[in-house]
Amino acid sequence: METFAFYLFAILITGLFAVTVMSRNLLYAMTSLAAGMVLISGLFFILGADFLGVVQLIVYVGAVMALYAFGMMFFDATGVIKEKNGSPFLVFLLGGMTAVLLVVIFAAPVIGHNVPSLYPPVAGADNPHAVGLVLFTKYLVPFEVAAVMLLVAMIAGIILAGKKMERSISKIDDSELETSGGKDDE
Amino acid sequence: MDGYIIGTIIKAVLILAIISALAGFGTYIERKVLAFMQRRLGPMHVGPYGLLQLVADGIKLFTKEDFIPSGANRLIFMIAPMITAATAFIALAAVPMLPEFTLFGVTVRPIVADINIGILFVLGMMAAGLYGPLLAGMAQDNKWGLLGAARTAIQFLSYEVVTGLSILAPIMIVGSLSLIDFNNYQSGGIGDWLIWKQPLAFILFLIAGFAETNRTPFDLLEHEAEVVSGYATEYSGMRWGMFFIGEYTNMITIGFLASLVFLGGFNSWGFLPGGIAIILKVSFFFFLMLWVRASWPHIRPDQLMWLCWKVLMPLAVINVTLTGLVMMF
Repeated sequence: METFAFYLFAILITGLFAVTVMSRNLLYAMTSLAAGMVLISGLFFILGADFLGVVQLIVYVGAVMALYAFGMMFFDATGVIKEKNGSPFLVFLLGGMTAVLLVVIFAAPVIGHNVPSLYPPVAGADNPHAVGLVLFTKYLVPFEVAAVMLLVAMIAGIILAGKKMERSISKIDDSELETSGGKDDE
Repeated sequence: MDGYIIGTIIKAVLILAIISALAGFGTYIERKVLAFMQRRLGPMHVGPYGLLQLVADGIKLFTKEDFIPSGANRLIFMIAPMITAATAFIALAAVPMLPEFTLFGVTVRPIVADINIGILFVLGMMAAGLYGPLLAGMAQDNKWGLLGAARTAIQFLSYEVVTGLSILAPIMIVGSLSLIDFNNYQSGGIGDWLIWKQPLAFILFLIAGFAETNRTPFDLLEHEAEVVSGYATEYSGMRWGMFFIGEYTNMITIGFLASLVFLGGFNSWGFLPGGIAIILKVSFFFFLMLWVRASWPHIRPDQLMWLCWKVLMPLAVINVTLTGLVMMF
């Protein structure tokens, strides 16, 4: 049963991400990306890591939603996007090589050592507790560094976006706004 | 094991049938309540007190032509309503609805999937439900639809933080993510209800819940006076109906969550048995949503963002910090 579920999820996820890469339609690409991200949480559920599965769900639902917002601003959602692709062969070579390299880097230790568990789960602790114990003892420094990095990103975002934050167009009187087509109303 | 699977299937079918019927009935209640608040009578002609209006609406929805605009992205256009309806019911799967009861000698637990991270799962699934309006708006090749989709993204990015942070303080107190643990924590009568310990979190969660189910004052996605019907502009017939079954189901789910987390859940309340107590509480929240709709105008998208990020989120963070300090010392 679990094997069947794993292969089902694996095939679906691979297929959906293939659509994300191949499709020239913005909606198909984004939707299959979102669906693939949701299905990855299924893999966590199969492994019994319920908490991580739900975190995967919540985080990526939000993240891809933000991507949609950008997609909506920059592209025509229903049409086909013309891609500018100078040398498909070079792109394929570089992209393919990076992918193979990544797979080798992550798969080689797994095949070589049969994945030893560095910090085995504490007996009796349920899912969120087990994650919390490891996160706030063994991995406290990476966790804090990530927190500082997010803080830096947030401050940078506020400074970039906040230059004219106090100026609200809806509060300015219409006559003060420069309107080139204003005469049409009369 | 077989009994477990069969029991789960029976529960899932029952919940699907009852809640979708209730969602349909909810439209009738909504029209009646709004009408009485505006000193009208509402639907009166079909059946006694207009009760059969529901059936008439159902026949209309089922038999209406299923229309797909020519410029639309057909596949996504057809999938979008299903996402809303399906995620609403999937979210409901992890909600314990009634206390345990015995039927024909079998102890029945009225929850489809008792997972130990229930509350996160429900909130995550409801968040995924907003992909319905988003995709619908983007796929229909209509400017009102696109505006509706843009507003969906804005609304989602605004309220999601508030929901998570407001619910965090009760989670810290109970020390579990399971909705059944929340219920059991408040088993000692009215004095044990979490609303007395976390009044601020309750209000924040309720406001975020209104945004999550896109009820007035946060019904930006489909506000008729501004964007025709927003994401639902091009939809008709059963596909349109599925959006609304999803929306009403989400209202019921939010009612259940608020009652379970803050108002003592399905513990017996004085002389009232637990099952009736929680139904009363959920009905109250449903009525509250209609009440607010009748009393308040809706707000602009930028006001929603301002409210969520500049007012509610700092309040929620302060609430979490204070709860942590109180629990530590």
